[in-house]
Formats: sequence, structure tokens, C-alpha cells
Amino acid sequence: MGLNELWFVLLVVIVAGYLILDGFDMGVGILHLFAARSDTERRIMLNSIGPVWDGNEVWLVLGGGVLFAAFPLAYASLFSGFYLAFMLVLLVMILRTVAIEFRSKRPGAAWRKTWDFVFSICSLGLAFLLGVAFGDILTGVPIDADGNMQVTLIELLNPFALLVGATAVVMFALHGGIYALMKTDGDLHDRIHRWMPRLMVAFFVLNTLVVLAIVASRPLISERYLSHIWLVIFPAAALLALILSWVMLRRGRELSAFVASGMMIALLLISGGIGMFPNLLVSTTDPAYNLTVYNAASEPNTLTVMLIVALIGMPIVLLYTAGVYYFFAGKTVLDPDSY
Amino acid sequence: MDPELLSRIQFALTASFHFIYPPLSMGLGTMLVILGIIYLRTKDPKWRQLSFFWVKVYALIFAVGVATGIVQEFEFGTNWANYSRFVGNVFGSLLAAEGIFAFFLEGGFLGLMLFGGNRLGPRMWFIATFLVVFGAHFSALWIVMANSWMQTPAGYAIQSTPEPVRAVMTNFWEVMFTPSFLPRIGHVFMASGTAGAALMLSVSAWYLLKKKHVELAKANLKVALPFFFIFAAINLFVAGPIQAIEVTNYQPLKLASMEGLWETQSCAPLMIVGWVNEAEQTTTGISVPCLLSILAYQNPQAVVQGLDAFDPDLYPPINLVFQVYHLMFNLAVVFPIIGALGILFYFWKRKVFHSRFVLWLFVITIFMAEVAVISGWWTAEIGRQPWVVYNVLQTADAVSPSITGEMVAASLFMFIALYSLLFILFLFLLNAKIQKGPEPLEEVETAAVSSLPNTFREVFRRRNAPRAG
Repeated sequence: MGLNELWFVLLVVIVAGYLILDGFDMGVGILHLFAARSDTERRIMLNSIGPVWDGNEVWLVLGGGVLFAAFPLAYASLFSGFYLAFMLVLLVMILRTVAIEFRSKRPGAAWRKTWDFVFSICSLGLAFLLGVAFGDILTGVPIDADGNMQVTLIELLNPFALLVGATAVVMFALHGGIYALMKTDGDLHDRIHRWMPRLMVAFFVLNTLVVLAIVASRPLISERYLSHIWLVIFPAAALLALILSWVMLRRGRELSAFVASGMMIALLLISGGIGMFPNLLVSTTDPAYNLTVYNAASEPNTLTVMLIVALIGMPIVLLYTAGVYYFFAGKTVLDPDSY
Repeated sequence: MDPELLSRIQFALTASFHFIYPPLSMGLGTMLVILGIIYLRTKDPKWRQLSFFWVKVYALIFAVGVATGIVQEFEFGTNWANYSRFVGNVFGSLLAAEGIFAFFLEGGFLGLMLFGGNRLGPRMWFIATFLVVFGAHFSALWIVMANSWMQTPAGYAIQSTPEPVRAVMTNFWEVMFTPSFLPRIGHVFMASGTAGAALMLSVSAWYLLKKKHVELAKANLKVALPFFFIFAAINLFVAGPIQAIEVTNYQPLKLASMEGLWETQSCAPLMIVGWVNEAEQTTTGISVPCLLSILAYQNPQAVVQGLDAFDPDLYPPINLVFQVYHLMFNLAVVFPIIGALGILFYFWKRKVFHSRFVLWLFVITIFMAEVAVISGWWTAEIGRQPWVVYNVLQTADAVSPSITGEMVAASLFMFIALYSLLFILFLFLLNAKIQKGPEPLEEVETAAVSSLPNTFREVFRRRNAPRAG
């Protein structure tokens, strides 16, 4: 495996890290309005992610930075091509951040209800937009020889992308719900628990539709799997992880269920990555314009330096992140420092 | 509508708004570390009470800083795609390194800092706070490093095949330590320290004026005042001049614009206040003869290059650069004077706690510090125009080819509305927090200090025992 392939793998790993970690923040946010009723319950939901959400969001910053550094041409084409979509992503991310921070700073019921709504709707919006972007990347984009594309917001919101967006919302709601089960007890816990089977079924149906749509109408991806049939173990393992999550949940082993749903998210992303490789952005104008891990990448010099940086930095990051999670493990308890 | 102009406005707006917060996170963070050290040494509960208060203020500042910071990383790609294509090899790696080394540290330990007061013993809480503050400074270090590469690019080569033309890294060390990096980071750290100390000074003085929390405010003021003076004095007498010399050597056109110096001359004057008429190529105002030559070259007869030495097509907006630079410079002169005055009034029978004039001066320092920090940033960034990478790539060539004026107008409108709302809410919540003031320890503490885990071993062993509450 050369440097370019290695950085593609690392990019997938980092994005998977983001989707697993900030994914449960989004999921808790999506369920916030529906599952938590009283002010105390909502504070528990908010504080279940309180000490960790900011660290989780760093994975997105890192993903952006790594894409910029390792594959600058893909970064430039994607971000400028999806201009308005990314502006919406920024809007919901900013509002979500301040909703978490501002909500409990004032006692008024109207103040808190407003921010509860903003937090929930922005979490949902972020999950949806990420799904839509993922769907459009799988479909391909109309980039020209210079890597630029003229595409409207409406074109980005095509039926397939909307389907992937909806799937992402349900997937993160499920993942965040399992996380919330670990952090809550009593009525709130039971209420979230009742949502789980519905979300599982909904996710299974939606995800199956996405897979069928890919098989039917995304030849580049289906050909990859047909020509290397053993690669099917990755999507199969994702399905297995979903079933495992279900079984663990039924046995009340919430941590195991959470790990399984995290694995499933990673495996789905890997499956998508396998279908795309070596393309980062597929051109619907002319396959010669595809941006790949070879023609969109930085020079070996940069990729080597970055690899050294990652090898030094990431083990330390993983170590203290694990430490922080370990410290805050267990049911969420409110105290005067809480949100 | 011109997407380039709108993108410039949008970037200036979002970067300036973001830059209100990070200097405070760094500076106030440093002051929190100092409060922590004093508490660990004296065990006097008033310092702990102040820490609980300032951590809450810190959380608010940090939240808006994080929320607006992510915009910056996105905008290089969304609005400046050709810039991103050109510099990705070099600039992108500094941003990625910032994420891995610094931002994770900040984000990871923030939870322990904000929620650690009742879960960690004082020593462990201090360590968490220190790591967040260290992360904030380390983060700024990489960002200023990346920005310094744009000011004085080094360690790269231009490669034109395959398309597009781009800067590729030849030496990472030279990319990191470009000539402007060390002078600039020193200046940024000192300016942040000044701003953070100014915030504490300002709030303490406000309490004394309003006769609220008087004993706490006196104690807090006694800590904030010397640090405010030290940071401001180092900035004026050491860090600032070092950066001015660096600009003289590496960006002489920027220096000439900052001073509105049209003619190359020896014994060049330093302007105090003035106005640059760009049409007639004149600068009028009050100046000190020869001082610019002395500051730039440590020699009153040294020749300083004027604007006449450069191509007029490559001038930045000279009067704007002149005005923002002088705003920063004059404020930088005022800060140590206020600090010294305060210290004088302290030793003169502790009059500092009662002199309404001095206290009011302290109250406004935070506003002046913020204006100084932002106008300093403007000097650096506007003074670099029309280049985005100095003498290598012009801003006009950096814009995304695929975006239209309507798209950028829409996003600009969104940012104006969103940031106005954020700023109003931020001021409202900050004001409410400050008016309420430090709460009594009995109200914020849920457990006896001595019962909290105060070593790494205790922190991890205690997890197994059920927590009270």
C-alpha cells in the first residue's frame, strides 16, 4: 500500500471516528424533544453529551484538515461545489453548539424551550445534510476538467440523496438512543427504550432501500463488488453488527449494543469507501475528470510529513480521549456545574 | 454581484468576529491557571470561588469561539478553492497538525475543566485547566504558523505540472519556522495575555465601583493588575518592536503603508495620528522625527523604504492599513500607562481600590484591548493585500471559480444575521453572569474538597465506587 492509498484509509478512519462520536451527539439531539419531557430530563440528555461533545466535533475539524492536506484538489472541489449545502451545515453546527451552551444559562421556560427546539432540529438537520452529502458523493458530481462544478442546491437534494439523508437521521437517532440508554435511568430510560425497536426497523428498511438503489443505479460501485465478490464481507459485517446491536439491547447489555452500532456505522462507511476507491469525487461529465487519491493528492513529501504527525499525535489523542470517557462513564448526574 | 468582493467581505467578517474570542480564551485561561496556582499554594477558599466564577465565563467565551472557528476551516474550501488547490500541500498540513496536536487537547480536556470543579480535587482540576489552556495556546501557534507562511512563504517550490500550479513542500521545518512566525506568535501571545488580564481587571473594577463582592474583587484586582501591566509592557517594549523589525525586513511595503511613508528617506518620522490621502500621495498628521528609522533599524540615519520604492498596482488600501495600525499602536501605548498608574495608586495608600477615575479606566480596558487585538489583526491581513500568499498568489486569483455572486450574497446575509444574534446573546449572557458575580462556595460545591480525587490513581480508582449524589 502506497502513501496515497494509506491516506485514503486514514481519511475513512477519521470520518468514521467523527460519525461514531459526534453521531451519538446528533442522535441524542434528535431524540431530545421526543424522548425527554421535563426540564430535568432534558438537562440529563444534554449533560449526557456535555463533557464530550466538543472533543467529538474536533474529529470533523480533523477530517476537514486531513482532506485539505492530503487531497487538496478534492477538498477544494467538494467544498466550493457544495457551497450552499456547506453553508447550511455551518448554520446548523453553529446553532447546535450555542444551543448546548446557552440553554441552561437562563432559568426561563420559554428560553429553554426555544433552545431545546434549536438543539434538536439542528442535530437532525446536521445528520440529514451529512447523509445528503454522502449520497451525492456516491452518485457522482458534474465536475469539469478543472474540478469545478455548477450544481444547485435543488440538484443536490435529489431523491437518492434525500433517501440517504433520511437513513442517516434514523441511524444516528438509533446510535444516540443506545448511548442515551447507558446514561439515563427511570422513566426517561424506559421511554428511550421503547423508541429503539421502531428505529431499528426503520433503519433496516431505509438502509435496504439505499443498498437496492446503489445496486440498481450506481454501476461503478456495484461493479467493484461484483468483480471482487469477497469484499461483500464488509456490508455483510455491517448487517451482522446491526443484528448484534439488537441482540445486546434485548439482553440489556447497553455498552455492547453501543459498540456494535458504532462498528456498524464504521463498516457502512468502509463499504462506501470500497465502492468509491480510488475515486474521491466521480465526475458525471467525463470519467477522465474524476478526482482520485492519485491525481488529487498532495506530493509524497507532504503525505510523509503528515503521516509522521499522525503517528505521533493520534495515539496520544486516543489515549486521553479514552481516559476522559472512562472518567465520565456511568449514569448522568446533575450538579451545579451541569448545563 | 462580484463573488470575489463578497467573499472578501465574508471572510473579513467571519474571521474578525471569530477573532474576538480566541485571544480571550488564551488570556483568560492563563489568568485561570494563575488563580489555580495561587489556590494550590494558599488553600484560601476565595481563590477557589473565583475559579468557579471565571470557569463559567470561560465556557461562554469558548463556546462562541468554537462555534465560529469551524467556519474558518470550511471557508478556505468554499470561497477560496483556487487558494486551497495552490497551498494544500503546505498550508493544509499545518491545519491538520493543529487538529491532531492542539485542538484535540483543548476539546478533550474542556469537559474536565468545565465540569471538573466538583468531580476532581483541586490539583487534578488545575491540571485539566492547564491542559485546556496549553491546548488553546498550542492551537493558536499552529494557526499563526499557517498564517505566517502566507505572510512570508518559505520552504516550498512552485510546481506547474500536472495542472493546477501549486506550491509543494520542500522543507517542513522552513514551512513551520518562516521568518515572521516567531515574532508574530510572541506578539499574539502577549496581546492575548493583555486581553485576558484586562477582562479580569475590568470586571473586578466594576464590582468595586458598584460596591459588590468587594473583598473578592480586591483580591482579584491585585492579581490581574500586575499581569495586565507585564503583558502590555512586554508587548509594547519587546514583542511589538520585534515584529515591527520583522515587517521592516520582510514586508517593507507593508511597513511603508502602516506609516503612510510615501518617500524613501533617512531619518524617517513615526506618525502618531494622521490621514493618508491616497490620490495626492500625501500623509498629514503629527509625527516624531527619525523615530521610525530608530525603531526599524536602531539608527536615526537609516534609510526606510517609502511607497515610492514599490509598484503602485501592488499597494494595499493604504489609509485603512494606516488607521487600523495606529489605532492598535496608540492603544498599545495606553495599556502600560494605565497599568503603571494602577500600580502607583496601589502603593500610594491602596488608593486604587477607591479612585473612581482609575477604576473606570480599568473597566474600559477590556473594550480597548479587544479593539487593539482586532485592529492589529486587520493591519497584518489588509497590509498583505493584494496578495493572499505574499508575492506569490493574489487574492483575486484565489477565489472559487464555481461560486456565483448570488450564492455568496446569500451566505453573507446568513452570517450577518447569525453573528449579530450570537453577539447579542453572548453579551446578554456575559452581562448576566458578571452582574450575578461569584456565587458563595456553599452553593457551587456539592462535596467537601478533601473528598475529591486528587491524584491520577484516585481519579481512576474512584470510578469503581458508586458516586454519591
